[in-house]
Parts: sequence; C-alpha cells; structure tokens
Amino acid sequence: MNLSLLILVPLLTAVAILLCNGLKQVRSVALLGSAVQLLLALGLLYTYHQERETGNTAQMLFEFNYTWFANLNINYHIGVDGISIAMILLTSFVVISGVLVSWSMEMLNKEFFFLLMFLSMGAYGFFISLDVFTLFFFLEVAVIPKFLLIGIWGSGKKEYSAMKLALMLMGGSALVFVGLCGLYFNSSINGAHSFDILALSKTHIPLNAQMLFFPFAFIGFGIFTALFPFHTWVPDGHSSAPTAASMFLAGISMKLGGYGCLRVAVYLMPDAAHAYSGIIILLSTIAIIYGAFATMMQTDLKYINAYSSISHCGFVILGIGMLTPTSITGAVLQMVSHGLMTALFFAAIGMIYTRTHTRIVAQLGGLLKVMPFIASVFIISGLCSLGLPGFSGFVAEMTVFMGAWQNPDTMYRIATILACASIVVTAVYILRAAGKAVMGPINDDRFTSLSDAVWNEKLAAVILISGIVAIGVVPFWLSNLVTPGTEQIILQTGQALLLK
Amino acid sequence: MNSSLYISLIPLLPLVTFVLLGLFGRKYFNSISGIIATFSLGFSCLLSISIAYQYFFHSERVNGVLQQIIPVKFTWLQFSPGLSIDMGIVLDPLSAMMLVVITFISLMVHIFSLGYMKGEARFATYYAFLSLFTFSMLGLVMSTNIFQMYMFWELVGVSSFLLIGYYFEKPSAVAAAKKAFIVTRFADLGFLIGILILSFHAQTLDFQTLITRLTDPQSAQYLSITAGSLLGVSMLTWGLVLVFIGGAGKSAMFPLHIWLPDAMEGPTPVSALIHAATMVVAGVYLVARLFPIFVFDSAALTVVTYVGAFSALLAAIIACTQTDIKRVLAYSTMSQIGFMMFALGVSGHGGEEGLGYMASMFHLFTHAFFKSLLFLGAGAVIHLVHSNEMIDMGGLRKHMPITHITFLIACLAISGIPPFAGFFSKEEILTAAFHANKVVFFIALFTSGLTAFYMFRLYFSIFWRGEVHLHGEHHGEGTLSMKIPLIILGVLALIAGFVPFSQLITSDGIALETHVDLLFSLTPVAMAVIGILIAIRLYKTENNRSDGVASAFGGFYHASYKKFYVDEVYLFITKKIIFNFIGRPVAWFDKNIIDELMNQSAAITAAVSENIKGLQSGKVQGYAMYFFWGILGLSALFIYLFN
Repeated sequence: MNLSLLILVPLLTAVAILLCNGLKQVRSVALLGSAVQLLLALGLLYTYHQERETGNTAQMLFEFNYTWFANLNINYHIGVDGISIAMILLTSFVVISGVLVSWSMEMLNKEFFFLLMFLSMGAYGFFISLDVFTLFFFLEVAVIPKFLLIGIWGSGKKEYSAMKLALMLMGGSALVFVGLCGLYFNSSINGAHSFDILALSKTHIPLNAQMLFFPFAFIGFGIFTALFPFHTWVPDGHSSAPTAASMFLAGISMKLGGYGCLRVAVYLMPDAAHAYSGIIILLSTIAIIYGAFATMMQTDLKYINAYSSISHCGFVILGIGMLTPTSITGAVLQMVSHGLMTALFFAAIGMIYTRTHTRIVAQLGGLLKVMPFIASVFIISGLCSLGLPGFSGFVAEMTVFMGAWQNPDTMYRIATILACASIVVTAVYILRAAGKAVMGPINDDRFTSLSDAVWNEKLAAVILISGIVAIGVVPFWLSNLVTPGTEQIILQTGQALLLK
Repeated sequence: MNSSLYISLIPLLPLVTFVLLGLFGRKYFNSISGIIATFSLGFSCLLSISIAYQYFFHSERVNGVLQQIIPVKFTWLQFSPGLSIDMGIVLDPLSAMMLVVITFISLMVHIFSLGYMKGEARFATYYAFLSLFTFSMLGLVMSTNIFQMYMFWELVGVSSFLLIGYYFEKPSAVAAAKKAFIVTRFADLGFLIGILILSFHAQTLDFQTLITRLTDPQSAQYLSITAGSLLGVSMLTWGLVLVFIGGAGKSAMFPLHIWLPDAMEGPTPVSALIHAATMVVAGVYLVARLFPIFVFDSAALTVVTYVGAFSALLAAIIACTQTDIKRVLAYSTMSQIGFMMFALGVSGHGGEEGLGYMASMFHLFTHAFFKSLLFLGAGAVIHLVHSNEMIDMGGLRKHMPITHITFLIACLAISGIPPFAGFFSKEEILTAAFHANKVVFFIALFTSGLTAFYMFRLYFSIFWRGEVHLHGEHHGEGTLSMKIPLIILGVLALIAGFVPFSQLITSDGIALETHVDLLFSLTPVAMAVIGILIAIRLYKTENNRSDGVASAFGGFYHASYKKFYVDEVYLFITKKIIFNFIGRPVAWFDKNIIDELMNQSAAITAAVSENIKGLQSGKVQGYAMYFFWGILGLSALFIYLFN
C-alpha cells in the first residue's frame, strides 16, 4: 500500500474544497474526502495484517524513502508499524466525525473545512514519518491551522486562547527542534549525520548527549500532550475552539505529543529515558491527580472535559515513563481511547451548546428528557471516561495500571496507586456533571421545545461510539496490533539497560 | 447435549435483550418490551435450573467432590506472557447455585414489574437496564478470572447506578445513584489494588491457578508474597484485605454501607433484585470464591469476621428506629449480609471446620428468597398507599390478603422461626460461630432477637396497627403479575430450608452431615420469640407504649434514628475537606500560579520588546548617537583589554 496516499488524499480534498462554491458543495467534498481517509485507514489495517500473515517481519511496513534534501541528509522516509496504524485509525475516525458535526458551519465554510483537511494531513504525515525532520515538518503543519480555527471560528476569549495555544505549542516545537538537532549532530552513520529514525535507533547516541537532549525532546512533545506544568493551553484552547476544532485538538493534536515522546524521545534516547523516568512519573502522576481535582471544581462543560483530558493524558505519560512492555502498550491504547472518547465528549457538548446556548452545568438540567439521543451520547462518553468495562477507557487504563505495577520500585508503586485513585475522582466529576446537566429536572422552560440530534450528528456519534465499543468489547485486536511495536521500543530500552 | 452452548446462552440471552431493547425498544415496541424481556429471561432461568440440576445430581464426583467445569474460556486481553484477562464460564457448586438464584429472582422481578411498572413512558429502558444487570451479575458469578470478575463487578455497579437513577427527574434519585456508584467505586479501588498485588506475586489472574499457587507454602509465588511486607503486614494479607474492601463496598458493610439505604430511591422491584438478593451478596461471593486463600491467612479472615459481625449488629439497631419501610428492609439486608460475612470469617476449611462456609452460602440462598419477597411485598404496599412511611400505613391486611400472608411468611423466615427457610441457615451460622468465636456468637444471638423485633415492628405497622384511609378508587393488590411472584416466593420462603444444602455446597466439596440440634436451637428461637412478643406489645394496636420506650433510650434512640451520623461524617469529609482543602486550592493554584506564570512570561516578553523596539526608530540622529556611544564603549573595552 502506498502510504503517501494518506497525505495526498487530505491535500487533494483541501484543494478541491477551495474550488467549491457554497456550503453544500464544500461539506460534501469534505465528507467524501474524510470517508476516503477512513477507508484508507481501514484498508491499511487490513493490508498490514495480510502482510504480517505472509510472514513479513520487518519492523516497518510499506516503507518508502526519497531523498528530500541531500546536503543535510533529510529524507522523505515513511513507513508504519502497529502503533502508527492505531494512531492513523484514530485520526481518520476523528476527522470524519469532526466534518459531520460541522455540517451546518455557515461562516467562512470553505476556509474552515480547508483548515480541517490541512490539519489532518499534518497528523497523517506525522504518524507515518520515519525521518525526524519530516516528522517535525508535519508537526508544524498541524499547529498553524489550530491558531486560525480558534482565532476565527472560536468563542469567548478566542484571541487570547488562540495566541496562548499557538505560542505554547510553538515553544514546544522549538524545544523539540533543539532535541532533534542534538540527535542529528551526535549521530554518525557511515560518517554522516542522520535524521532517520530506524538508522538512529541502531546507533548509540553518546550518553551525555542523550542526557542533554532528551529533556528537550520529551518536554517539547510533552507540551502537546499537556504535560504538567505546561498544560495551561489545554483548558483555554479547548473551550474557545469550535466543536470540530476541540475534537481535533484533543483527539488528534494531543496524541502527536504522546506519539512523539514514544517514537522520538524514548525510542532514540533510551538511556536517558531510564535515567529520567522518575521525573517523568512524578510529573505524570501530578498531572493525573491534579487534573482530576481541578476538573472537579469546573463549572463549564468544556473546561470539565479539557481538565479531564489533562488527567487522562497523564496516563499516557505515566505508561511511557514506567518503561515496561505492558505499560507502553497501555499508553498507546490510552491515546487511541482518549482520542475517541474526548472527541465524542466534545461532540456531545457542542450539540448541547448549539441548542441551549450554554455550557454552564448549573444552568442545564433534564436534557435526557428532551434530547435523549444527545444526552445518552453524553452519558456514554462520561462512562467511557470513568473507565467502564465495555468501553475503551477501561481497557487502556487497566493495561497502564497492570504494566505500571510490574515496576517493583516503591516510589513507582505509590505513583501507580495514586493514578488508580484518580478513577474515583473521575467518577465524582463525571457523575456530578451528568447528574446535573442531563439528569435531574428541567430547570429552564426554553429547553422543553428543543430538538434532538439530526442525522449528521447521530452519524458522527455512532462512528465514534463504534470505535470505543470495538476496543472496549474486543480489545485483543488493538492490543495485538500495538504490542510488536512497543516490544521494539522496549527492546531498545532493554538494550540500553544492558549497555550500562 | 452441547452444554457449552447452553451455558453460554444463560448470560447471552439477557445481553441480547439489553441491546435489542436499549437500541430499539422505546421507539418500536415499548409496551411489549416487558414480555420480551420476561420470556428471554424465563428461558435463561430454565436453562440455569436444568444445568444446575444436571451438575449437582448427574455429574461425576471424584472422591465425593463435584469437579469444577470450565466449558468456555478464551483470552480477551493479554497483558504480559503470564497475565491475561480470560473470559470464561466456570461451573462449580458455588456458581451453579448463584446461577439459579440470580435468574430465578430476576425472573420474579421481571414478572412483578410487568404490573408494577405498567404505563411507564420508559418501560423498555427499564427492562433494558434490568437485562443489563442480570447479564452483568451472571457474568460476575461465572468468572474464571479475577479480572473478569472485576469487569463484571463494575458493570453491575453501573447497572445499579442506572436503575437507582431510573426516575432521573427526581434530584434525590440522581443523588442516590451517584452516591451508590461513587461509594462502591471507592471500594473497588481497594479491589483493583488488591488484584494488582495478588497478581504481581502469583503471576496469574486465573482464579484456579491463583488459589493453587497462593495456598501452596512451597511455591515460589507463595514465598514471594509472604516475604514482602508493608507496615509489618504481609503482602498476602494486604492483597486479601484490599480485595475484601471491594467486597465490603458492594455488600454494604460498615463503613461503606451508606449508599444502600439511599439506593431505595430506585423502583422497588429493582431494590428486591439488586439491593436485596443479588448484587449486595457479590461481596460475600467474592470472599467465598477466594476462600481457600482467605483460610490461609488468619489476619484477613479476622477482618472479615469482625466487619461482618459489627455491621450485622449496627444495621439491626438502626433498623429498629427507621420509619421508611424500604429503609428498614435495606438495613435488614445489611444486617443479614453481615451474618453471611462473619459466617465465612469463623469458618475453617474442610469437614466440620467448614460449617461456617456452608452456612454462609445457605443463608445467602434462603435470604435471596425471603428478602426479595419482603421487598416485592413492600412494593405492592407502596403501590397501593403511594408512600414509603409507616405512618401512612396500617390495617392493610384487609385490603391485600395475599401480600399480608406472604409478608408474614417472609418475616417469620428472616426471624429464624422453624420451619421457615431462614431458621435452618441461621441455625448453622450460629452453630459455626458458637464453636469458633464466642464474642461473635453473642453478637449474633442478640442481633437475631433484634431482627425478629424490627421485622415484626414493620409487619404490625403495615398490616395491623390503626386503619389507613385509602382515597377513592384503588386497585387493591395490583395485577395478577404482581401476585404470582409473591405466592411463588412465599412458598419458597417456606420450604427453601429443606434443600439438602450441606450435601451440595461445602468448603471442600465433600458432603457434610448436619443435623438440627434442638437444645442448641432453643436459645435463638427463644430470642426471636421474645423480639416478636415485644413487637406485638408495642405495635399491634394503636398505643403510645413505643414512644415511651423510645424516650427511655433517649440519646441512643436519636443517634440510631440518625443512623449514628455516619452520613454526616462522610459529608464532612467529602464536602468540607476534599472540596475545600484539595479541590478548591488545586483549581486556584492552576489558575493563579501556573497559568499566571505562563501569562507573565508572555507579558514580560511583550514588555521587553516594547522597550527595545524604540531602538529601531528610523531616526538618523538616534542611530548616530548609538553609533557614537558604541564606538566609545568599544574603545574603552579595547583600551582595557590591551593595556
């Protein structure tokens, strides 16, 4: 399968959108484009399995390498393993449902859908890159549209939020870039420096260079995934963003960070990952607990979901930091699960907001009576968030906990117990929000005449829920998909331990 | 007979019903959804009974022991080479008995609800949730793997949440549902960490392997778990106690019982199913499932004993003063589960030693019938008078003869009057306690007396004392579908005690010879009779003797009426301490320190650039000045450097 299609399809869709006239044409093209993306992603999953069946044990499949800038040894090198495919699937699910919930976006619709497609191109490119420079290129491609999406189509203090988000993510990118340069200049493959991930993984970066540049790369990517204390762009950014942008932001963008931490920081600098794992775990545990308690005090539905994302993304970092095969698999599962679940949550909040014109929990009430579908979606995403079996959140969190517990160090155990404890706090804030907003009596007469979801909203919700349930009810397909990839990473860090 | 298919159908039928009714029921066949669910469950129940019958009486015994059968098992999620969640179905005496109890009581509740919930707009939703609950509960008892059990444990919790909050427009129902879920979730945290500890040392999540490895003092896993210790307590004890905390949460043991009385906000048939007969005994079932390991660790077993005994006593005292009939029943449930818990706690493994185990399971079995009967009876009463308060009732025996008779049978059964079901099981529990632990025995004996007293206080207040004025047209006892379950359960409450239980379920699987010792039975029965007599004196007719007794107890009565302020303590901790001293400061810190730091760094950057942007003013004179001072400075530097 030609992986470049994953970049080409969104790009062509974006161009086609520019040539369209009127909302109807624009959204049809966008929907078509994202449907093709979804089919591509599913096809990729299928052909990947086919290829593995035939006994292809290469670490990366469908590789393609083209010299982009020979002087600096920059290549357009792409390829996928199970982890990338999981992330690509996630992206395609979120993109199509994001397009569907924006179905009646009147204002500057052409530009809006163009940016959505452009952003998705960046995400796909990021997940298939096997060259850190190309990877960085696509990371930047995915940042700029967010600034515009929030700044133009946002609500509330949108200029402030857009600026804050763009500056913090750019800051993160800058740190990442320093880390990448550190990798490049300390690498020597046949006497030349290299950006190539596979080549870099086979050489040994000197320990002092790892120790110096690991924090840059890890914190840089960490900012994207709301690493404490660099998480403050998350609440403001999410709450000001239009629904689809919130979904993209939490469902895809935050995952770029987690994937980068894993693929670049930990995989290429394994010694440093071991050395710094205590600090990583400390920060992620703080994020989990602190995020959960901060969520408990929020009154705005979007802030609730944004803060809970900080807590949930803490599990990703925790899983990575624990450096056991199970915990890293758990981290990847959590990325996929959180991406789907939080996109669903934002979609439900968006649907509620367009009808009631409020997101303040105290002003809502009894929505289950007037809009049973939307309210049920809200409750389902809440139940997934609090880790109910049958939904993806349970599978991911339990894998992280199981993996984390395999690390017998006492401090790590305490961190794991604290992380486990957060599921109780999660239950508290989810049930508080659900109990007040969608259950209870209807406390506003205006609400009684509101209508339930329409077809495009229903379809968006069904797509996301089917993903959540597919992982929650039969998790082995995803876990078996991801495990070879995480084993590769663990092998790397295991060798690092042996070298010590 | 393809038994693995049939046995898989038992939980799958309710699951299919749930999906069907949940997705399409309300829109397309709301009014007949009750019938669909009832038939599906009826089939499930028939299968359970026939499989249990086959298993108990026609399957092979090796040395007199019924063998464990695992007809279905597959890997659901692989964590690491040794650790995986396997989905499977286990058939052993314990699970076979539970299958029958769950499907049967659930069927009775399904039938009863046909009349009780008639005309509800969300009729299909109600039956969908009931089916979800039944599926989860069946999955729980059939688990082959401790993590599988944990999963269904959580699913049971959420179905309980959904059913308590069924009347979601009532804020009190929503609050009760939230409370039930959060309190049990807190307890489940203990369960989860317990699983992590046990599985880390045993390197397995499979029940059978777990038990084999942790009960063999020579195994590497046993040595590893007993070698580790924290605060002077071995990891084995920690693991078991933490798992027990999970069980205590679901089974409403002190101090995690506070959700159960509030859970009565749900529809009454739901209380009969979930909060009387099935879900609340999950904790007992969990301890019984891991009993071979518990027996190995006397410290953990002691915790089980005293938590059970204390809860039994405390709940009985509170039950004597409550005025809401469902709450009386809720506390009575808690008290009876306390009996089951401490019966396990005083039990040993094998032979006569294991009497407590057998008694506990026996009591679980008989209790399911008479307690669900009590709740369904209470449901019928509430259906008629539209109130939960005793003060609104009285003299109802004339209006609802069937309810009256069956309720009386259940009261006699729970009080332990021969030959009703509760007598036999309670007798065994008291015998086991008498031989193992005298303190617990006397607590249990006293509690038995209290049980008889508060049950008959309830009985007389509903059916005798005074005369209730029913306004206008009323529907008497309700529909036939409400009467049939009452009659069936009434018969069972009468005869369930004659099941040869000790032949079927014992701690080691070998049939146990038990006999009722008349001399021993005299004391508990006398206690019960005294309790009943006091209740007759105080509550049979309208009089103010009970007020006199209440004021004689003074502060103690009031404290009991206020449920010993446990709720207030919880409220204080959650609302005052967690919200004010953790939640608020964290939110404040995030907004004013961390976020402010980010904003300030941006502001400083802006301020600095504001100041230096003047340097590029475009004024030639300015540039000349910079040039002049620059040359001067550099000259000074060079002179300093080269001199």
